[in-house]
Amino acid sequence: MGLKTFIGGVHPYEGKELAKDAPIKEVLPKGELVFPLSQHIGAPASPIVSVGTTVLKGQKIAEAGGFVSAPVHSSVSGTVKAIEPRRVAVGDMVNSIVIESDGEFIDVGYEGVDDVTALSNEEIIGRIKEAGVVGMGGAGFPTHVKLSPKEPAKIEYIIANCAECEPYLTADYRRMLENPEQLIGGMKIILQMFPNAKGVFGVENNKPDCIAKLKELTQNESRMEVCELMTKYPQGGERQLIYAVTGRAINSKMLPADAGCIVDNVETIIAVYHAVKEGIPVMKRVSTVTGDAVANPSNFLYSIGTPYSELIEAAGGFKVQPEKIISGGPMMGFSMFGLDIPTTKTSSSILCLSKDAVSASEPIACINCGRCVEACPEQLIPSRLAKFGDRGLSKEFESWHGLECIECGSCSYICPSRRQLAQSIKTMKKLVLAEKRKQK
Amino acid sequence: MSDLYHVSSSPHVRSKDSTSRIMLYVILALLPASFFGIYNFGFRALLIMLITIAGCVASEWIFEKIVHKKSTISDLSAVVTGLLLALNLPVSLPWWEALLGSVFAIIIVKMLFGGLGQNFMNPALGARCFLLIAFAADMTNFNCDAYTGATPLALIRENNGAIPADLNVMDMLTGRTAGTIGETCVIAILLGAIILILLGVIDLKIPASYIITFSIFILIFGASPFDTTYLVAELCGGGLMLGAFFMATDYVTSPITPKGQIVYGICCGLLTGLFRCFGANAEGVSFAIILSNLLVPLIEKFTVPRAFGLVKEAKKNE
Repeated sequence: MGLKTFIGGVHPYEGKELAKDAPIKEVLPKGELVFPLSQHIGAPASPIVSVGTTVLKGQKIAEAGGFVSAPVHSSVSGTVKAIEPRRVAVGDMVNSIVIESDGEFIDVGYEGVDDVTALSNEEIIGRIKEAGVVGMGGAGFPTHVKLSPKEPAKIEYIIANCAECEPYLTADYRRMLENPEQLIGGMKIILQMFPNAKGVFGVENNKPDCIAKLKELTQNESRMEVCELMTKYPQGGERQLIYAVTGRAINSKMLPADAGCIVDNVETIIAVYHAVKEGIPVMKRVSTVTGDAVANPSNFLYSIGTPYSELIEAAGGFKVQPEKIISGGPMMGFSMFGLDIPTTKTSSSILCLSKDAVSASEPIACINCGRCVEACPEQLIPSRLAKFGDRGLSKEFESWHGLECIECGSCSYICPSRRQLAQSIKTMKKLVLAEKRKQK
Repeated sequence: MSDLYHVSSSPHVRSKDSTSRIMLYVILALLPASFFGIYNFGFRALLIMLITIAGCVASEWIFEKIVHKKSTISDLSAVVTGLLLALNLPVSLPWWEALLGSVFAIIIVKMLFGGLGQNFMNPALGARCFLLIAFAADMTNFNCDAYTGATPLALIRENNGAIPADLNVMDMLTGRTAGTIGETCVIAILLGAIILILLGVIDLKIPASYIITFSIFILIFGASPFDTTYLVAELCGGGLMLGAFFMATDYVTSPITPKGQIVYGICCGLLTGLFRCFGANAEGVSFAIILSNLLVPLIEKFTVPRAFGLVKEAKKNE
């Protein structure tokens, strides 16, 4: 039996050695912080403060805009300077609350719980919802929604996504080494709500120290186990992780809960722990600041809303002029044209590369080599889907299962003709889905 | 906004593999067969290779000049076509016929259909079949300094399926027989095939399904049914090995769907068997492969793989 994994995938340069050994360091924000009202999937939050309001650290500044939504909290004490559209990492202008920090960091006061086991499921969900916990790996799906499946009794696995398969990223790695008790504590709280589930920590085998540590700390936990996974991208993709851990396959029309699974990443589970146990809302997170252009690649614990430029400054600035700055990992992250952009709940990393591989490579004709087919973790034919996309053939695109694409980028990565396959497929997918919504 | 950084859609990193590197690997894998061809058939074999390679590269370059397209000769695919064509020609072929073949391969089969990636049949094989029809006598004349007389397959055919006394299967493995420049030495071709597989250029789906189907067909319908010596001679003779590993596996003209590749290999095997057993010629690989090339779009249409996770859903609905 080999290591647990999925079919397909690629092995990009890992680059984790850059920031792997840098312990988590706290960075305090300096002046202005920006809190976009849409840091999650779903309805934007609606502000409950106005310009001039003084706020405390941890104070709620925007209320959830619906069930699938999440509130936003200030991560500093200070004064609301403006409520206006600001540019975010993905490139959009998003209505945001701008707060000028007073540099005091006065807490609003949190309501901790001594005995979590005494809480009812509703109370736990309520605390998670109030704390604004969302999927902090990148997608930003509100966690209280994820943890409220239709049939809780049918959930058999709570999977902690500890794969961290994106190259360069080491934030989850440091979290597992430095705060494993919070991770396990968070898992315990989630398991409390699902009596039939077991908690699985899925860790790629390029992190043997994390595997050893988690195994050691969970050896007396009868409901938890550590699952060693093959190091391969996208091992941390939700469908791929579920398949590797449980052998169950889900498609785009299914939820993990349909396969009896709930998947949350490391940072999210730690946020659940803080929210439920200590009553602390999501206002800090750990991110990796790395890349060959950064002087001292680091892992920072910082106040969400801090601009990216301050994190880069904290990492010693640039040692060479970068060509590309990416929010997130190199495979699925968003490139940014400037640094005057706020960090959000979903900012897992800032990656600064001295060379941009994309602009350096000129796409040439597809030779039908099939490397994208081998790499695709969804067993699609990316080269054809990209062709259908470029030509606007939506029917063919759908009949070749284009909507199943998880946008992992493995096809573009592997293409010897350097074609932008993922880009064409993603664009077409958006068009087809928009068309479907219109028809409804 | 003094410093603007590059912006593009993810992913932001690329693997090292490139199209020209893949072509270079194919050329590398063709070297054992090429060297043996020169060693076996003499200096003229080298001359034919140089003519076809130069002919292919020059045709592509001139064509792109005329139609004002960016030159693509640096992707090395024309070199591969030229070398493959040479390996499929008899050493005694007049030089201008070889040159004409190269021009046909690149201009007619490849460039007129849109260039690299767009041709629907293998350019080298298309040219070989063209020459076979246009210059039948020259293309089947295997008399040269090293050998006189017919190819092993033709000899076996004349002998009604029995292996003639003067034909040694060992010679067919080592290539000491009459034939085209690159097809005779099975050992050199297999060495090249191993290089292709180890470098990850091809996998075994097409060659294996091709050779297995062909073997079964020959065992049943061949001139000497269930005779293993005859089978080995059929496998080693003609262009089968070169075709199965180097021509049928051409990316552009074979299916991209994994199941389709197996179906396509089976088509190649069946057609080759059919042409060899019942056709007018002892040889049939080239025509079998280009005919199968034509079936590729159809094969792909029926072998679109089910995406991950959809298999289970289908079962559930039943």
